[in-house]
Amino acid sequence: MIVKLADNIISPLGVTTGENYEAVKAGQSALCLHKGVKGVPTPFFASLLDERILSVEGDYTKFEKMCIQSVETALAQCDVDVSSDRTLFIISTTKGNVSLLAEGGEHENLLLGVAAQKIANHFSNRRTPMVVSNACISGVCAQIEAMRALTLGLCDYAVVVGADVQSPFIVTGFQSLKAVSPEACRPFDQERKGLNLGEAAATVIYGTAERAQDCWQMVCGAVRNDANHISGPSRTGEGSYLALRSVLQNANPSDIAFISAHGTATLYNDEMESIAISRAGLIDTPVGSLKGYYGHTMGAAGVLETLLSMCAVDDHTVIGTRGFERLGVSCPVSVTSENRTTDKRAFIKLISGFGGCNAAACFRKGGEE
Amino acid sequence: MSLIKHYIRIKCSKTCYGGIPEYQVTLDGEKIEAAGADTLLTDLYKARIGDYPKFYKMDPLCRLGFVASELLLNAENRREEQFGESRGVVLFNAASSLADDRNYQETIKDPDAFFPSPSLFVYTLPNVLTGEIAIRNHYYGETNFIVLPHFDCAAMADGIRMSFTDRDLRSLLTGWVDCYSETSFDLLLFLVDSEVVGREVELQHEIEKLAK
Repeated sequence: MIVKLADNIISPLGVTTGENYEAVKAGQSALCLHKGVKGVPTPFFASLLDERILSVEGDYTKFEKMCIQSVETALAQCDVDVSSDRTLFIISTTKGNVSLLAEGGEHENLLLGVAAQKIANHFSNRRTPMVVSNACISGVCAQIEAMRALTLGLCDYAVVVGADVQSPFIVTGFQSLKAVSPEACRPFDQERKGLNLGEAAATVIYGTAERAQDCWQMVCGAVRNDANHISGPSRTGEGSYLALRSVLQNANPSDIAFISAHGTATLYNDEMESIAISRAGLIDTPVGSLKGYYGHTMGAAGVLETLLSMCAVDDHTVIGTRGFERLGVSCPVSVTSENRTTDKRAFIKLISGFGGCNAAACFRKGGEE
Repeated sequence: MSLIKHYIRIKCSKTCYGGIPEYQVTLDGEKIEAAGADTLLTDLYKARIGDYPKFYKMDPLCRLGFVASELLLNAENRREEQFGESRGVVLFNAASSLADDRNYQETIKDPDAFFPSPSLFVYTLPNVLTGEIAIRNHYYGETNFIVLPHFDCAAMADGIRMSFTDRDLRSLLTGWVDCYSETSFDLLLFLVDSEVVGREVELQHEIEKLAK
């Protein structure tokens, strides 16, 4: 089975997974209003990472430093031969070093694969890295790819690192789509006005084990398309529902502590997810979104939200959805703003993105009960 | 019997001397004639597709991948079938959505002419192409986009094999689709089914042969 060996989160709320979990559990948010930042003319709410908290030195961009520091911190917790060609790097990012475009000229590490190779090479790893660039669902897709590579014996260890750095490119793009909230986002709420963007890096290292024992196990995952629209979710939640249905073939709904939803707080995303969850028969399962703490961290989101969900289950907690007050979606999913308690040992990570893609994955602590 | 039964190769490159761009279009090894390189994709669309005006909204990467997928699926000749979740689209390249990224960047470059374009921005993700193909053909299976440091047959064969661990997947529209500008691109798309499972080395060699 596929087990988690080590992990890390670097965000404005902390530089370890533990610091991040404690902050989130206490209700802290990294979202605030930024005026005149990064050359974006219109003020915007976002969670931005101060580069000065990064200790990595050398000729690296902010994106690369975030990835390297996150992987380094995770590696210190485990005994993985990172330089071996049996260790596979899987990078999850949507835009990598896109801010270099504004500088003009030709930067080789504008190419995601070249940047990924630079990150892997920092750890003396010479194996060709994979970059999963599947919009907002990249972080869950990257973990699914890691699970598959390990199951098939294509590698002994998989280092999955998700990250994105905000730039005028991304911020103005989301503003032009009218997807950005003028205030801290409010997932699943009646008054939700859109998403906030965020910066983070998150790493998870997976390996194989005979028995899960006290480890976190990645049980299964699936990716499905809506076949409906390139920038809007399906009104029937088709792809998200199909991904959930596939995952439920290997997971018992009564074992699920909660669904960690995408919950971006856009009108259409949250509505769509409520429909997909309802169609999958999970209407009574607690649902939460972490976007009120971090905003949408894009390539990092799928990894970061998986790791915090693991901490929450370990702590017998369903993290409350910050910004939520009154349910504003058509299917009555079980969202609360307050933390709840749980004694269940598994959860589902659900996520959707542009290009009509959707992913769901199930994780469980320890073996089958 | 080869694992890759239908494939399409499209290449176009503008030489740095400003001369006539060189191009090549072959479908299942047969050469397809086109009017010229500068309008290659639009010419192919008009001559062989023509019923999908959304083509004109697409960025260069999506135009390339869409035209190629249409010709490939016509060659396969199973367009009436409902594939549902049984067919996925998993594509690879090195440039991600760089051609459209540059076009979007132009719209925010000048503070005095600052008009960020939402219609360009939506294409600044490479996987939007997998979405375009899924929408056109009603494919509900897995879609994914993997960026590699360079064209790499072994990494592609591994990626394809990994997708077939999904038990609902029967066939995959897959391959390399790299686009640097309207007149500089390189594509090798093909269809494979679950018989590639256990035959990854063969698959890798077939991809190598077709890429030459």
